[in-house]
Amino acid sequence: LLHAARRLHTSPQSSAPLPPLPEKGGEVRHGLIPEEFFQFLYPKTGVTGPYMLGTGLLLYLLSKEIYVINHETVAAACILAVIIYGVKKFGPDVAAFADKLNEEKVANALAVKNEAIKDLETAIEQEKKEQWRVEGRSYLFDAKRNNVAMLLETNYRERLMTVYNEVKKRLDYQVAMQNLKRQKEQDHMIQWVEKSVVQSITPQQQKESIAKCILDLKALSRSAQAAA
Amino acid sequence: GPLSERRLMEVRLGELPMWLATCDFSPQGLLGGVQKAWSSYYDKYINVKRGGAAGISMLLAGYCLLSYGWNYQHISKIH
Repeated sequence: LLHAARRLHTSPQSSAPLPPLPEKGGEVRHGLIPEEFFQFLYPKTGVTGPYMLGTGLLLYLLSKEIYVINHETVAAACILAVIIYGVKKFGPDVAAFADKLNEEKVANALAVKNEAIKDLETAIEQEKKEQWRVEGRSYLFDAKRNNVAMLLETNYRERLMTVYNEVKKRLDYQVAMQNLKRQKEQDHMIQWVEKSVVQSITPQQQKESIAKCILDLKALSRSAQAAA
Repeated sequence: GPLSERRLMEVRLGELPMWLATCDFSPQGLLGGVQKAWSSYYDKYINVKRGGAAGISMLLAGYCLLSYGWNYQHISKIH
């Protein structure tokens, strides 16, 4: 149940940044009386007006015993003197110290802000770099495709080589078998022919051939001796 | 502007009773008035980047005067 009289989204908060602190406080004369009082009396009484007013007021209070002078007055005077001396002497140092503290605080806050800004800027640059990298995705896939194609090609050629080697081996075997067979037939035939020739040489023929060889040798030696 | 929304310093002397009539004298109103007075004093003299002794010295002087006023009977009797 939503009451119609209630307004939505209206709060006195606003997210605008705070206005900066004023540099100096309101002007105060003699540490006690704001400057506005003197400005207020200036048009009518000039510069000495407030001081005249103060003197008259003081004399009136003293004379009518509205302000009583007793031991407390002396004590107040001494305390005031000490305080004024202290403020005049140590005021600037304390002010400088406080200013330094303030500056450190502000510098810390600024440093944090700058750190944050720098971190965000580096994050932005890295993000841009990632976006640039994404553009190279197509090249990556092309390279991978090339790799795969090369692997397939290599594998295919290896198998082709294997097939060729196996077929060659089988054919070489057949060729070797044929050669062996022919050689064996040849050898066998030669042996058989030799054996039959040797067997056909009768002892008679052997003697005749040996005698003929001796005669030939003698003739040769004679011709060689004649030539030499 | 309208009388009830002006501050005390901007009210002319002749309009003072009328202005007092429009004031809010309930506890919340008085508290709000005190709070406004203190916050305006604080923002003018204390909550600045380079304040001086004027901020608290005026408060102490006011306290002195107030305590003198409260003890006036006692002080005038002794003398």
